[in-house]
Amino acid sequence: MGKVLIINIIRFIVLIASQVFLLKNIGYYNLSIPYLYILFILLLPFGIPNILLFLLAFFTGITIDIFYDTLGLNAAACTVLAFVRIVFINLTVQRDGFDNEPDPSLGIMGFRWFVFYAVILTFFHHLILFSFESFKFSEMGYTLVRVLSSTLFTVLLMLITEFAFFSKKVRK
Amino acid sequence: MRNLWLFISKYNAFFLLIIFFVTSLIILVKNNNYQRASVWNSSNQVVGTAYERVNEFSSYLILGKINDSLALENSRLRNQLSSSFRNDSVKQVLVNDTNLVQQYTYTVAKVINNSIHQKNNYITINRGQKHGIKKGMGVISSTGIVGIILNVSENFATIRSLLHTETKVSANVSGNIGSLVWGEDNFDPRYAELKDIQSHLAIKKGARVSTSEFSLFPEGSNIGFVSRIGTRKGDNSLDIQVKLDTDFSKLQYVYVINNLLSREQLELEAQNKTE
Repeated sequence: MGKVLIINIIRFIVLIASQVFLLKNIGYYNLSIPYLYILFILLLPFGIPNILLFLLAFFTGITIDIFYDTLGLNAAACTVLAFVRIVFINLTVQRDGFDNEPDPSLGIMGFRWFVFYAVILTFFHHLILFSFESFKFSEMGYTLVRVLSSTLFTVLLMLITEFAFFSKKVRK
Repeated sequence: MRNLWLFISKYNAFFLLIIFFVTSLIILVKNNNYQRASVWNSSNQVVGTAYERVNEFSSYLILGKINDSLALENSRLRNQLSSSFRNDSVKQVLVNDTNLVQQYTYTVAKVINNSIHQKNNYITINRGQKHGIKKGMGVISSTGIVGIILNVSENFATIRSLLHTETKVSANVSGNIGSLVWGEDNFDPRYAELKDIQSHLAIKKGARVSTSEFSLFPEGSNIGFVSRIGTRKGDNSLDIQVKLDTDFSKLQYVYVINNLLSREQLELEAQNKTE
């Protein structure tokens, strides 16, 4: 339990730092922007209570918002992300009998499941994020293009990150 | 109550979503200028549209009242318009000369109604009895003679234009006197006929035609010039067409001639008839 807590704290700090200091400056012409920090919410353990999950998601979003100067925007997106995560895990994990696994990482859950999981959750997060950022219906098409391209970018970075720590987790 | 609690705890994720999401949205709208402005703008737009509709409807109901007030305002403004005021000032210039006694004074008048295409044309001017206009006075323009005062009211007078079948003006061409008429053969407002000039007289084309001393116009007032000379069949007088100096279609200001001695002349001539 203590180990999980420490791992998650370190993960949180590293992801937030890389998001704020590195990925904030990376993007393809405001069209494709990576938000890798949501990997923290994605990788929280299966057994986490809903209320704690929401609080952590909200807190993560607010932390990013403080650095991005968009107070409440990432928090809203992360809250939705937490809800989608609960629904998605309820629909897939219970049916497949993975309930005893500690956390939904690539090494434990397999490549197919993880890609599916990451794409769905990232898509909803980015959808909320970009639509509330533009905050108007008239730019719907542009917003959707941004959502899709950013989802692609974020998921790509997630897979790279996961593969980088892949062997380590298998060994564990 | 227990069922409600069970329901909430069963779908706790959804209620937590609502709580956290609404909280984030409130923070978002409160703290970000762009989103706040958008929210206010759109809500203002909704409220504004509603008000506009209601206003449209209610303004339709008081249309009659608005109409009345507008008509009232219109008439008030019209009263202030400069065109509502008449210029009643009349300038008459009298020259005091010991050798010469002034016979004619001129009163300027503005043409307010004019016709040139009728068989008998009349002109109305904005001077009347009040300004000393009397029946029978001559009227000239800056270019030539115009006509004779026919009827006078208090503020207006009508002129029997030169373009009238009954207007006859005694005219002088190269020292020969004839009478100028219009409307016997031609109805062109630019030309008039000069009659009673003997056929043996040598009248040249282009000769000036002016009023004679017998007319009620000052002697030598411009009429026009001879534009065509022909012979009249069965008559020993010339058929002379006169191009008029006055452009009747563009008449704007005219001068009414007051012959100061006409009364004396008429009185004297009236004695002849009684004797």
